[in-house]
Amino acid sequence: MWDYTEKVMDYFLHPRNIGEIADAEGIGEVGNIVCGDAMKLYVKLADDKKTIADVKFQTFGCASAIASSSALTEMLKGKTLADAAKLTNQDIADFLGELPEEKMHCSVMGMEAFQAALIDMHKKHPDWNVPVVIEEEGENRIVCQCFSVTEARIREAIKTNHLTTVEQVTHYTKAGGGCGGCKPDIQEILDDINGNKKKSSDDSAAARPPSQLTNLQKIALIQSTFDDIIRPGLKADGGDAQLIDIDGNNVMVKLAGRCASCPSAIQTLKHWVEAKLREKVSGALNVVEVK
Amino acid sequence: MNEQDIIYVDNNATTAIAPEVFAAMEPFLTTWYGNPSSPHPFGSRCAKVMVQSRKAVAELIGAEPEEIIFTSCGTESDNAAIMSALETQKGRRKIVTCAVEHPAVLSTCHFLQKQGIHVDFLSVDHQGRINLDEARAVIDDDTALVTVMWANNEIGNLYPVEELAAIAHEHGALFHTDAVQAVGKIPINLRQSQIDFLSLSGHKLHAPKGVGVLYRRRFTPFLPYLIGGHQEHGQRAGTENVASIAALGKAAELAMEHLRDEQSTVKALRDRLEQGLLASCMDPVVNGDPEHRLPNTSSICFKYIEGEAILLRMYQAAHICASSGSACTSGSLEPSHVLRAMGLDYQSLHGSIRFSFSRYNTQDEVDTIIRVVPPIISALRDLSPFGRK
Repeated sequence: MWDYTEKVMDYFLHPRNIGEIADAEGIGEVGNIVCGDAMKLYVKLADDKKTIADVKFQTFGCASAIASSSALTEMLKGKTLADAAKLTNQDIADFLGELPEEKMHCSVMGMEAFQAALIDMHKKHPDWNVPVVIEEEGENRIVCQCFSVTEARIREAIKTNHLTTVEQVTHYTKAGGGCGGCKPDIQEILDDINGNKKKSSDDSAAARPPSQLTNLQKIALIQSTFDDIIRPGLKADGGDAQLIDIDGNNVMVKLAGRCASCPSAIQTLKHWVEAKLREKVSGALNVVEVK
Repeated sequence: MNEQDIIYVDNNATTAIAPEVFAAMEPFLTTWYGNPSSPHPFGSRCAKVMVQSRKAVAELIGAEPEEIIFTSCGTESDNAAIMSALETQKGRRKIVTCAVEHPAVLSTCHFLQKQGIHVDFLSVDHQGRINLDEARAVIDDDTALVTVMWANNEIGNLYPVEELAAIAHEHGALFHTDAVQAVGKIPINLRQSQIDFLSLSGHKLHAPKGVGVLYRRRFTPFLPYLIGGHQEHGQRAGTENVASIAALGKAAELAMEHLRDEQSTVKALRDRLEQGLLASCMDPVVNGDPEHRLPNTSSICFKYIEGEAILLRMYQAAHICASSGSACTSGSLEPSHVLRAMGLDYQSLHGSIRFSFSRYNTQDEVDTIIRVVPPIISALRDLSPFGRK
């Protein structure tokens, strides 16, 4: 079990500011029940519409998620929006003494909930000059499918906390902590921000599929990739899939078992099944879901 | 905090060393420190206690003493059986196992997959049960080994190991079972069985950590995993852990004496806990197969809340030690592979708590848990943004 500071345990066992605020000007919701932690933050302003009068929260998650949420509410109260917007996840960790590095994503979740509340406030009251961070175009692409983490969130965590390794990014954002398929993407983002040159492309060339396949070879390779890699992978998570047909570069797949009812089934198909088939067989393949 | 304040209901993780067991091992840590391979009587004293232990362990599982190989732990036994089967079943390149195995088997199989071995993972249904028809369909003449656990550590399910062993043998494959959670909790008689290999671990039955057994059926082909000296008839090299082996022998004797208690008193404690919590907690779900389950294990999911939070509050309230399959307790970011393979719904997946009893637990302890847990569940539900009316 984790070695939490006394203050973390205090805020976990006796959380301050639990609940909802009916007339909150900003409500921020982040995370979801699938990923194992989620938070809803209610921010109420004073009459000047610049100072935070009250904050309440609801959190689904572990001890450090609950403690981080509660600590954040205490830190926000009485601050002006402008000052509050300057807080970082590191301030939450400092407030609590310290968090285990593997749990830093709990503090990041707190800050993201506050930013979401600011965006909500800005949308409802565009004339209030709410200090919101506008994401750059293209940065809202999802890098980690397992935990739905966007490029913007990864970039923010890297810059705020001066992260240098993929493992650290996982501790702070959870990205890369599921199937691990996005680790090369995270490394690219790290290299981009930290100014490292890209590795030569020779490494990846070796893993490329054979380029010239006859139709028969292609079908056989799709079938074997499906049976040897894709189905066992899905089965490990209680799911399954059926290869229905192959039409040119379109591979018809029907999801079964737990996959059939999974809310992220389409991501599974596009980002995992399709990616595997492209890696092993041909980059031109498309996966089409058959219901 | 004193040790008498602890309510220890995490016996599938590890167990208390029985006082009789400690008494049996102590002389071999102090007075009789000899090497059992030595020719002098000082060493022979150690060799003698190993003979007794081997006999006691064999009796507990209905085997012959020469079928018992002492190892360092359950994981070593699992690894030894799997690696040996691949070596001795030359030409066969396939292993059949199950999605809910302990990492000692599962990770070994993943490792072998990377070495080019074909591995089939039998799926489980919503109650964690495997389907024997699926096993019949995948076990074939290329299969070197079928390895399926006897009892699952998280949900307590018992698996049809005899049927699986029979199917394996129809195809000339060997059969191994990780019985670490089963031995000492249910009757096992390997004389009336087709099982080739069985793993057990000392610290799950009131012996210390660091000692295990691999049962190898007589005449089943075997190649040692640790290579070196002649110990264990050349089947497991390395100077014997005499004190722990003496302890395991005593623990096996005690387990034999108390085997009936598991089905009566220990099961009664488990059932009392389940009935109490189901009646008084918000949205509980019992995991596993109610028909075929260990008598000591209860896995319960509490919807819309997270396991680590429940565990820490249980400890804070009454020093209750249990475990959880939630991501935050495992040190990974994904919840238990067992519950995921069962296809549990998302509302429940992160809020699993496992209570596992031993003969040392009392009804008072169970009643304390039943009193303490419901308010913790409602307090955490008040905190959660989900499952609100």
